[in-house]
Amino acid sequence: MSVVQNSPGSAPRRFSVSPGDFARDYGVLVIIALLLVGLSLISDSFLTARNLLNILNQSAPLAIIACALTLVIIGGGFDLSTGAIFGVASVSAGWIAINVDPYLAILTGPLIGLLLGCINGVIITGFGVHSFLVTLATSLVYRGVAILITGGSLIPVRIAEFSWVGRGRIGMVNVAVILFLLFMVVMMVVLNRTTFGRRVFAVGGNEEAALLSGIRTNMVKIATFSLSGMAAGLAGVIAVSRISMAEPQAGTGMEFEAIAAVILGGTSIMGGAGAIWRSVAGVLLMALINNGFNILNVNPFFKDLTTGVIIVVAVALAASGGKRR
Amino acid sequence: MTGKGPAVRLRAVAKSFGDTRILDDITIDFRAGSVHALVGENGAGKSSVGKIVGGYYSADEGSVEVFGKPVTRFSPREALGRGIAMIHQELQLVPELTVLQNVFLGLESNTAGFLGRGDLARFETLEQTCAFGLDPHAKVADMRIAERQKVEIMRAVAREARVIIMDEPTSSLTEDEAERLHQLIARLKARGVTVIYVSHFLDHILATCDRVTIMRDGRVIRTDDIAGETKQSLVDSMLGQASDISWPELPAAPARHIASVVQMENVATETGLRDISLQVRPGEIVGLIGLVGSGRSEVARALFGADRITEGTYSIMGVQQNSRLNVTRAVAQGIALVPEDRRKQGLVLTQTTRPNVSLASLGKISRFGFINPRKERRRTAEMIDHFGIVPGKIDGEVAFYSGGNQQKVLLSKWAVEKPRLLILDEPSRGVDIGARQRIHEFIIEMAASGVGVLLISSELEEVINLSHRGYLMSEGQIFAEVDCRQLTVETALNRIFRQQGAAARTKEVSPQ
Repeated sequence: MSVVQNSPGSAPRRFSVSPGDFARDYGVLVIIALLLVGLSLISDSFLTARNLLNILNQSAPLAIIACALTLVIIGGGFDLSTGAIFGVASVSAGWIAINVDPYLAILTGPLIGLLLGCINGVIITGFGVHSFLVTLATSLVYRGVAILITGGSLIPVRIAEFSWVGRGRIGMVNVAVILFLLFMVVMMVVLNRTTFGRRVFAVGGNEEAALLSGIRTNMVKIATFSLSGMAAGLAGVIAVSRISMAEPQAGTGMEFEAIAAVILGGTSIMGGAGAIWRSVAGVLLMALINNGFNILNVNPFFKDLTTGVIIVVAVALAASGGKRR
Repeated sequence: MTGKGPAVRLRAVAKSFGDTRILDDITIDFRAGSVHALVGENGAGKSSVGKIVGGYYSADEGSVEVFGKPVTRFSPREALGRGIAMIHQELQLVPELTVLQNVFLGLESNTAGFLGRGDLARFETLEQTCAFGLDPHAKVADMRIAERQKVEIMRAVAREARVIIMDEPTSSLTEDEAERLHQLIARLKARGVTVIYVSHFLDHILATCDRVTIMRDGRVIRTDDIAGETKQSLVDSMLGQASDISWPELPAAPARHIASVVQMENVATETGLRDISLQVRPGEIVGLIGLVGSGRSEVARALFGADRITEGTYSIMGVQQNSRLNVTRAVAQGIALVPEDRRKQGLVLTQTTRPNVSLASLGKISRFGFINPRKERRRTAEMIDHFGIVPGKIDGEVAFYSGGNQQKVLLSKWAVEKPRLLILDEPSRGVDIGARQRIHEFIIEMAASGVGVLLISSELEEVINLSHRGYLMSEGQIFAEVDCRQLTVETALNRIFRQQGAAARTKEVSPQ
């Protein structure tokens, strides 16, 4: 009798993935799909190659930061200094483009970011202070450095040899989008195919176990912060070259957008689990919401509100999944 | 004595996680005021039954009744409200708080929410029942697992639980401590408390329990009175076939003149070790024999570069180590440690079997930093096969594996790339008989292939039977070197207790 009673209820269990699990694992993709469908129905101008490429192009700097930040977060860290590094890289690249050489400037941004990120990592591991505190403090320092470089003023950078990075196109596709896609693929390969990526997962999942397995956990952490800094630097260069203006306050608040995108994508803030594609999806979701609000011409106040609500829902969903286990 | 109705009654309970059915058709009556054992191999479902009763899992099918009242939505909080407390295999305490704060967590003496002073007096009363001798002001983070377990038990007693579920309560206790726990259980029983006792230690069960339920593969095999059971009858039911409890044959011990892998001379550490001299040769199994707290794990940590050596010399492969030795350098020189706490220190639970198996030997499966996925999968499959890891999925979720299978995954990590010295700290703790035998075979395999093994276990029978040589330890010192082939558990214990007595006497004398 109990068999008869239970059979309707137990029927869905035949699927190996329950709807709840699916929503938790791929929720961000579902929401993106819904938005794509909804926005295409509402507006004729949305589903055009031009608009979609435009969204990608605008998101490229944030997406680059979010990709590298994913490694930091999987490694159990937290980086609040990406916005400030973005600022330092912007003004130093701008200054070098004008005073030294535009091509050198393009290289300088990521290198300065790498250096600043490396400093973060060295302080975090050297003193054993939580990355949250260290990067909170260094973000203030770095922002101060950015202001010192320009003396607080803006640097106009109108040089063709420099602005192709942010404005140029190859065929229909923006150079920035190509840079972003390349960076994303490299990060994916690094995370999933290399021993380094494996170590990042281990350090974030169980640092002590990683250490007992002979992994130099501090080096791994320094490397993730260096990569995060480098990405912020690259993003800074793209942004300066795009708007032809280097400003020390550039990238303010970007660190939170990047963190929001990573969390929204479903990478665990606890470390040890996550994926690059998730963060890219998180960035795209935020960009779509943005774009939707522009197309619909709604009060931008609702934009942040909506993004916030979606993040809370996404995180709650992930947490409820975790609890059941 | 047990004539009253059941305290907890399970009827046709079933539980699944995803596709895996972990409990099926479980029907058990836990009689009020009895001590009821749940036995079975790891993965048989004993702990899961405990968790159903304790409210940690909810049953998919069937019914649960507590003191005659049916339970529908059950949570640990609600279970506590009905007088059911669970003491976990993986302990659940707040490490940064003191013993006292942990014991009375959620029931602090207070006036309108402001903390009062009565807790210490309550602790004293509790201590009269428990007799653990814990310092109420010690911080839990500084305590060893065995002591933390006592805190958990006191916590359950403080809540005046009428049903206490103990999941592997003696697995980290010494014989002496286990004996005191059993006296406590007897006192609890006299007060009408029902104890559900999940354990692998059949001797303890035979000595302490009234009834026993034997489980296999998520099902109840039988429930009977303990009278009339023997170790063999329990094991037969657990395994489903007659089997003998035996020790594997050791490989030949290496000759005395062979150079040692590690050698310590008169080593002292900041953790309180004094005058430690020991050596392990390639292919030799050396046991550290002592009670919990005698400094066994500290020796392991010093060998592994985790604690600083303050005096004496330590050499690996004849090379003397300096003060710059750390864990990374020790690992690089071929020292491997399988730690006591496998979930906290051993496995990366956010990851699957494959990365856990490869973690210590990424260099072997990669070229220029790129992992060769085919090679990795093949090697993981070999290890799953070699150890009989269940479930045998290459990307199985280790976090949900049973203790024995988790331990096998951990051991595979070191089996793929052989270390020079393998230190095993409590390798078969909380592990079922099948896995235990496999782990013992693994130790033999490693030694036979030339690895030096240092074995630590609270079970004296295990260390002695699996070691060529042993060092007897007490209070941070090695006081004798013994030939384990000539040693019995009784003589070892007698010598350790005699040594403790001698040390205590000299201490009493020395202050004068």
